[in-house]
Amino acid sequence: MFLQRRHPVVFAAILLIAVLALTGCGKTQSADKGSGEKEQKSATADYPEQPITYIIPFNPGGQSDIEARRQQPYLEKDLGVKVNITYKPGGGGATGWAELVLAKPDGYTLCGFNIPHIILQPMERGNTGYKTEDIVPVAVFQATPIGLAVPKDSQFKTLDDFIKYAKDNPNKVTITGSGTYTGHHITYLQLQKLAGIKMTYVPTTGAAPAVQNLLGGHVQAMLGNSNDLVQHQDKIRVLAMASEKRFAALPNVPTFKELGYNIIESIDRGVAVPPKTPPEIIKRLEKAFLAIANNEEVKNQQIKQGFVPVSMGHDEAVKYIKTKTDEYSKLVDDLKATAGK
Amino acid sequence: MAEFFLTALQNIFLPHSLLLALGGVTAGIIIGCLPGLTATMAMAVLVPFTFTMNAVNGLIMLGGIYVGAIYGGCISAILVNTPGTPSAIATTFDGFPLAKKGMAEHALVTAAFASGVGGLIGTVILLVLSPILAAVALKFGPPEYFWLAVFGLTIIATLASDSILKGLLGGALGLLLGTIGMAPLGGDVRYTFGLPELQAGIEIIVALIGFFCIPEVLLMIENRLERYKLAQVKTQKGVALKVIKELLQKPGLLLRSSLIGTFVGIVPGAGGNIAGLISYNEAVRFSKQPEKFGTGIIEGVAASEASNNAEVGGSLVPLLTLGIPGGPPAAVLLGALLLQGMRPGPELYVNFGDITYTFIFSLFISNIFMLVLGLYGARYFARLINLPVNYLAPFIVFLSVIGSYAIRNNMLDVWLMLFFGLVGYFTRKLGLHAGPIVLGMILGPIAENGYVQAVLMGRAAGSTVSLFFTRPISIVLIILSLVSALWPFFQRKRRQKEGVNTHVE
Repeated sequence: MFLQRRHPVVFAAILLIAVLALTGCGKTQSADKGSGEKEQKSATADYPEQPITYIIPFNPGGQSDIEARRQQPYLEKDLGVKVNITYKPGGGGATGWAELVLAKPDGYTLCGFNIPHIILQPMERGNTGYKTEDIVPVAVFQATPIGLAVPKDSQFKTLDDFIKYAKDNPNKVTITGSGTYTGHHITYLQLQKLAGIKMTYVPTTGAAPAVQNLLGGHVQAMLGNSNDLVQHQDKIRVLAMASEKRFAALPNVPTFKELGYNIIESIDRGVAVPPKTPPEIIKRLEKAFLAIANNEEVKNQQIKQGFVPVSMGHDEAVKYIKTKTDEYSKLVDDLKATAGK
Repeated sequence: MAEFFLTALQNIFLPHSLLLALGGVTAGIIIGCLPGLTATMAMAVLVPFTFTMNAVNGLIMLGGIYVGAIYGGCISAILVNTPGTPSAIATTFDGFPLAKKGMAEHALVTAAFASGVGGLIGTVILLVLSPILAAVALKFGPPEYFWLAVFGLTIIATLASDSILKGLLGGALGLLLGTIGMAPLGGDVRYTFGLPELQAGIEIIVALIGFFCIPEVLLMIENRLERYKLAQVKTQKGVALKVIKELLQKPGLLLRSSLIGTFVGIVPGAGGNIAGLISYNEAVRFSKQPEKFGTGIIEGVAASEASNNAEVGGSLVPLLTLGIPGGPPAAVLLGALLLQGMRPGPELYVNFGDITYTFIFSLFISNIFMLVLGLYGARYFARLINLPVNYLAPFIVFLSVIGSYAIRNNMLDVWLMLFFGLVGYFTRKLGLHAGPIVLGMILGPIAENGYVQAVLMGRAAGSTVSLFFTRPISIVLIILSLVSALWPFFQRKRRQKEGVNTHVE
């Protein structure tokens, strides 16, 4: 056969193409450590001059993606370069962050980040591939306080009803939320501790299955992000919000604090750069992101969709993460100690 | 509602609406046939553009991409044994054998026609039965998911017709691979071998490309050049008409597959891959000549494709009526709706009825475009296989590498894909089919989620047993599982009695 004689050629061609493709793909990955200081200096002055990659460490369609897609056109206008959104979902965000900390600190790789995820994951999991302090925040621009919800036809009309029932029926109340050692799980643990009750926590892999569990009557209560609570408000009753002040989109819902339980829990979303990114670049990005965060039109959209607009710059965010880290490490130790008994 | 219907009809026949649907479908087909590029990604990229358009136009285009991409997955499934999207897994079972027999065009025409029929049936159900079916979707709780996964796993009995043992071995390997990464509920990290990237688990597309595509390329080069010579497609006249006529004689097959697809789509979290596999399984079971499946018959392709395109309409049921996305592409649609200030749920049909019905109607148009493009394109796509192996093989490997990288921009995925490719090559020599392996990978996490949640719920309620065995949908699924698992044994017994030689290679 004519073709058969060509086996070695075919093999060589495949090998060559595979290697080429591999190196092509790999390039973006490895941080180019060889580049000199000088080169970087001149680069920061003209920053940005090439497309920026904005990594979303979650699936398309989620809160982080919605926010990034909202920001994209504003960012491109302000920075004058293309902003490409790419997805690196997995491990509750950990895979994206593990990659961010290895990326070249030149301001061309950004990654969305979430609090408390970046604090709790390294605390709980061992090797996550990143450390909390390696995630350098540029800005925090969106928050979703956590709320406690029951189906509309539930026997629980108020938080008091709920807690009283849970007290009389230890471990009988099923309450769902996303994941274990997440903001939702921590809220559940805190509520148990502060109210002196025992419930059964049924974790899910995300917001959609949690809502489904609640609306389908498979569980009695849900801890959910504010935007999901707003989206499903016709079918659920929100008993309390874990926010400092009353939540603008659901003004009739009391806060846990008002009701005597000091629980403040939310998922805060922002954007980060790799460690050792030059301060001028962080400044430039901070300016662009804060301009969007302070845009009235954006804020109104956010509120309507159930998000809380936030406008926190680099310095403030660093401090905030630090405070939260101390808070959580105490909380987790404490909760573990009581859970062990 | 009637006035919305009229507005929607007017909207959908505007020239730019038709163009957007056509553009969406075309883009979707191209993206779908490239392994690793998914409908979800294509739709997400387009979301910012939909800001500047009005909501209707944006949704028409997104719907077109969704429809096109799910169909597009069959092209690479048929031609090179690699599902372009996970939905096309079951399409490879008969699609690729058909291509090997030189009947790639037959397979592609079948896929286009079945997809079109399935898509249209799914959309009709979305339009007419949404509220009722949404209530069924909510009835799916943790125990139901567990039993659905168990039912799915019984398909192994059909896939591994020559050796149940090998099928079970493959399924177990898949289940094991499915446990890699972060535990879906407990959050603890399993089998990552110290690699932080593995926290995310193994991406199903990476495993698909590895297990289906690479072994095929290696075999292609190894010793089967003569066979590939035989596989040349000769342009024949009237293939399309002949195939369609044949399919129309089996309305039961098309209808059943479409209904299965729509129903699986309605259950959030169960996607086109599961729909296609279950439908294929049922097609084998209902057939008078089950032994012919897997050897390259159009019924196998039709079952899978009608089902996975019907799933599109189904997956939109919980999204539009409840605001719960049935799968990743639906999640992107949800994001687009929210950004437009539209909240899915009853409000969508009342306050935004014109937009919502225009969107649903546009799915009919998109499915018709897809059908036409698919039928017309079949002849040209089929010729791809005529490329000499020394061009075809490197080209496929190139696409495999790019595709497995693109799925989540992770280099480790490329290495994993190549590793699975080699593993797949050797397991295939041992007679382990890739089907059960990926089946285990897809269903393992669903079973685990359902099981853990149900046990927690059962403890709170005081009885785990009653939670698992007394709920109505669960009972139906348990019966289906038993029938499906035991059926091949009965089949064998019956045939032995009849004294027919049943050994099928």
